[in-house]
Amino acid sequence: MKKNLRVKRSKHIDETYKISFKFNGKLYYGFKGDTLASALLANDIHLVGRSFKYHRPRGIMTAGSEEPNAIVQLHNNSPWTEPNVRATEVEIYEGLEASSQNCWPSVNFDIGGINNFLSPLLPAGFYYKTFMWPASFWEKYEYFIRKSAGLGKSPTKPDPDIYEHRYIHCDVLVIGAGISGIISAKIAAKNGFKTLLIDEKPYLGGSTIYQNSEYFKINNQNSGSWLEKEINEIKKIENLEIKTRTSVAAYHGYNYLLAKENLTDHLPIERRKNKTRHKLLKIRAKKVVTATGSIERPLIFDNNDRPGILLSSAIKKYADLFGVACGEKNILFTNNDSAYETAISLIQKGINVEAIVDNREKVDSKLIYEVEKNNIKIFKGHTIVNTYGYKRINKISIMQLSKDGQNVIGSKIDLSCDCLGISGGWTPAVHLFTQSGGKLKFRDEDQVFIPNAYPSDQISVGACNGDLTLDSILVNVPKSLKDFLNIKNNVYESFEVLSSYNNSKRNIWLLPSDKILGKTKSFVDYQNDATAKDIKLALREGFKSIEHVKRYTTTGMGTDQGKLGNMHALGIISETSEAKMGELGTTTFRPPYTPLTFGTIVGRNVGEYFDVYRKTPIHEWHVKNNAKFENVGQWKRAWYYPRDNEDMFQAVQRESKAARESAGILDASTLGKIDIQGTDASEFLNRVYTNAWSKLQIGKCRYGVMLNEDGMVYDDGVTTRLSENHYLMTTTTGGAANVLGKLEDYLQTEWPELDVYLSSVTDHFATISVCGPNSKKIISEIFPNLDLSDKNFPHMSFKKTKIGKIHCRIMRISFTGEQSYEINVQANFGKSVWEKCMEVGKNYNITPYGTETMHLLRAEKGFIIVGQDTDATMTPIDLQMDWIVSKKKYDFIGKRSLYRSDTIREDRKQLVGLLTDNPNEILEEGSQIVSDINKSPIEMLGHVTSSYFSPNLKKSIALGVVRGGKNMLGQKLIIPMENKKINVTVTDPVFLDKENKRLNA
Amino acid sequence: MFLINCPFCGEREQSEFKAGGEAHIVRPKQPTELSDDEWAEYLFMRKNIKGVQFERWNHVHGCRKWFNVVRDTSNDQIKAVYKMGEKPPN
Repeated sequence: MKKNLRVKRSKHIDETYKISFKFNGKLYYGFKGDTLASALLANDIHLVGRSFKYHRPRGIMTAGSEEPNAIVQLHNNSPWTEPNVRATEVEIYEGLEASSQNCWPSVNFDIGGINNFLSPLLPAGFYYKTFMWPASFWEKYEYFIRKSAGLGKSPTKPDPDIYEHRYIHCDVLVIGAGISGIISAKIAAKNGFKTLLIDEKPYLGGSTIYQNSEYFKINNQNSGSWLEKEINEIKKIENLEIKTRTSVAAYHGYNYLLAKENLTDHLPIERRKNKTRHKLLKIRAKKVVTATGSIERPLIFDNNDRPGILLSSAIKKYADLFGVACGEKNILFTNNDSAYETAISLIQKGINVEAIVDNREKVDSKLIYEVEKNNIKIFKGHTIVNTYGYKRINKISIMQLSKDGQNVIGSKIDLSCDCLGISGGWTPAVHLFTQSGGKLKFRDEDQVFIPNAYPSDQISVGACNGDLTLDSILVNVPKSLKDFLNIKNNVYESFEVLSSYNNSKRNIWLLPSDKILGKTKSFVDYQNDATAKDIKLALREGFKSIEHVKRYTTTGMGTDQGKLGNMHALGIISETSEAKMGELGTTTFRPPYTPLTFGTIVGRNVGEYFDVYRKTPIHEWHVKNNAKFENVGQWKRAWYYPRDNEDMFQAVQRESKAARESAGILDASTLGKIDIQGTDASEFLNRVYTNAWSKLQIGKCRYGVMLNEDGMVYDDGVTTRLSENHYLMTTTTGGAANVLGKLEDYLQTEWPELDVYLSSVTDHFATISVCGPNSKKIISEIFPNLDLSDKNFPHMSFKKTKIGKIHCRIMRISFTGEQSYEINVQANFGKSVWEKCMEVGKNYNITPYGTETMHLLRAEKGFIIVGQDTDATMTPIDLQMDWIVSKKKYDFIGKRSLYRSDTIREDRKQLVGLLTDNPNEILEEGSQIVSDINKSPIEMLGHVTSSYFSPNLKKSIALGVVRGGKNMLGQKLIIPMENKKINVTVTDPVFLDKENKRLNA
Repeated sequence: MFLINCPFCGEREQSEFKAGGEAHIVRPKQPTELSDDEWAEYLFMRKNIKGVQFERWNHVHGCRKWFNVVRDTSNDQIKAVYKMGEKPPN
């Protein structure tokens, strides 16, 4: 029969509001206000998961975001499923379904549990050491290792939820709404600062809010009641915004913080519809007060991981806040006063405390006297040496500690229990502080790291700053705030505080046992199953740096980032290697503090909003005419236009043929266009292009190649001289923004004396390219008044004209080798002019073609595409384009680099044509090119950059870069493929119309 | 993400800017006169200091102006911002 462990009514739980939920398929009940963890504990369920490596049964360990064990999968196999959720943070709602992870077939019987018995064979670095040899077998091992490892299952269905991002600016951000945070927020807000207070919990007040003890009083009220009044008061302050269920994930420089606000995870699924689930808050705060409190430390002893072992503070919280007893026979094990606070809470609630085991010998503490009054046995100067019970703790063995704490003496005493609370003192939660770049110092008295120097305008207050007692918080927090905010009025007069906590602590990082260490399993990192033994092994094997030990043993590398055990790992390293704690340092705490969902990070940038995309003014026409699109940078470009059931190959063959035989039309609007004006425009072009520009006549066009200062080809395009001091430069589609940026850079920083102005006009013009032997006829029908004779309008020239009232700039330039005209019109007329071309061209079988055909046509002519045939290691000389490099010009960008010892090497990779022996064989772009496949290792000479089947030449053609290719004309090379080798011949890169007859045909 | 005080627009988020590497490297007026080593010195060699560094930044999603920034690379603190052509602070 299941027990009901719900004890005295708690005002934080609404017992009139019953909620049903499922855990591992079984139905349970809890109340409004419960977390999944508290509801399970109320149903006497401790065992919730299996550990990562040994598959040991694990129970709920904490009551907060530091939970390492109670990690569950929500709503398995549904679109709402979420893995690796901490049961201690899930607020229950009607219909909640949770299940255990990392176990098969069930959490009660898990086959992987066999690893626990094999554990002598699985030391730290086991996988590294075992599966290294032979290296080629790794792929085979990996499959099995991956299958048995891993935590939850990631969702396989699309995320049904909505996520948002929001920017927040505030004067003062207070992180954490415990007692220190509440006091800080009140002081800041009452002094007129626009204040934001956030806390990860659904309620305010941290651990003080459920403090209901005669031993901790503020102004003669118990501290919980006092804080409740403060909270009610600050809720009324206008310039104070409060956000609960909001956790700070990252604290970056310049007080830039990211937080996740959770809006619907506590609601039944049917009530989440159309609501934002998580909001990523991007907070820019002038000042930050970190009040993140502290996390209780566990103690490290043999078998300290059994279900039923919890942090002592968690047991207190479950009793005080949720009204739940974690067990009926509770034992507490401590090295400080905190466990006595827990004991007093339990006694108050009528929960049985069997005994307290205390490391310390003699302590003068009011709390201890109170516990002793209740006839509870206290074993002073004792430690636990072992625990028993596979799926739930049922017994502990204790022994007396030697004076130095390094050994156990006397005889063993066995105590039976069903729940064990452990307290190893407190660790200030300095994670966010260190994320912000803050440096820590070590406080020897109580062995804690606390903030030392602040890298930005911020302070840490309260427990996260090392003020671990009520009286020190109430004295120091208002004082710190007064200095930090530079204010006179610190709101609070003074407090009358009663705090009964005695600070004494007996810190032993690794508690001694009657067994040798090698026979113990003292867990330091629960989630990753790293034990004290593993850490010592790592040190013996020569690892010294804390960062290396961490990675070798995986300590602190779980989803909880070692919030519980990291300090012990450091302590054990420090003791073993005799290095001082303060000098060892800590491992780096990295964002996020608690895991974020991908949805939160991505926000609304999903689906079609994933990235900006740009459409040409003619886009709609392409869509209507069945174009397939390809992404070029952010542009959607028409790729090809399949007719009937054509595939890409067939469509491109048809389009390419049509363009050469009659007429083709291309939307070239995406080409970058830069308007260049100024009296020094010609000089400027001279300096940025490799060829000469000063003598270009008005109305003429010229092709140019632009280099980087290192001599490598950066971009290319045609520039037209529109008037004396006015040019229109075109760039590649993808390079437009970078080219403008580079030109601006030179103008502003190297040549500020030049009178030149640049502006991007890419979006202002639509560009329509009509090419083919019938292009002239089509253009003449559209522009009957334009003299298209080769004499008046030759290749590489420009005319201004009109269709009706629409101004047109027409350039006679060609990227296909055919006679061709580029019509530039104001963007909003682009579509109508295109349609006009289509209408007129009908009689000539004008065929729209996309980027794929454009690439094929230019490859037939051996024209390069920057970025496809070049890769930032190609000079124009490598491209066999010596003709574009002026010998006469004194200087241009990249000139000096063209004769560095490296760039003049004869055996650089050079652009060549490649023809397959079998004309029907089409090479794969990216294939490697070699000459000798018998020599090992096979020397790679280059690779294929462009490859097509040319319908006009009726054979396959390819471009490639080959080491020393320029001097290899006619030579045979080999393209080795997976199942065959293809023989090719090196040729000139121009395959069609070497004499350029077609341009004027 | 740090804030940069653009000398033309005022304080803006880092995401509006583009870093342009070390500042005050002047392009040689007569590159052809330089040896391979001298040219390589200009072309490739950069200091990449841990500490206070003089850098070029471009307000690429703003006024598009280039300017100089003095930044401590160890903690991203910006010590000074000044226009191109202005004298660097000491």
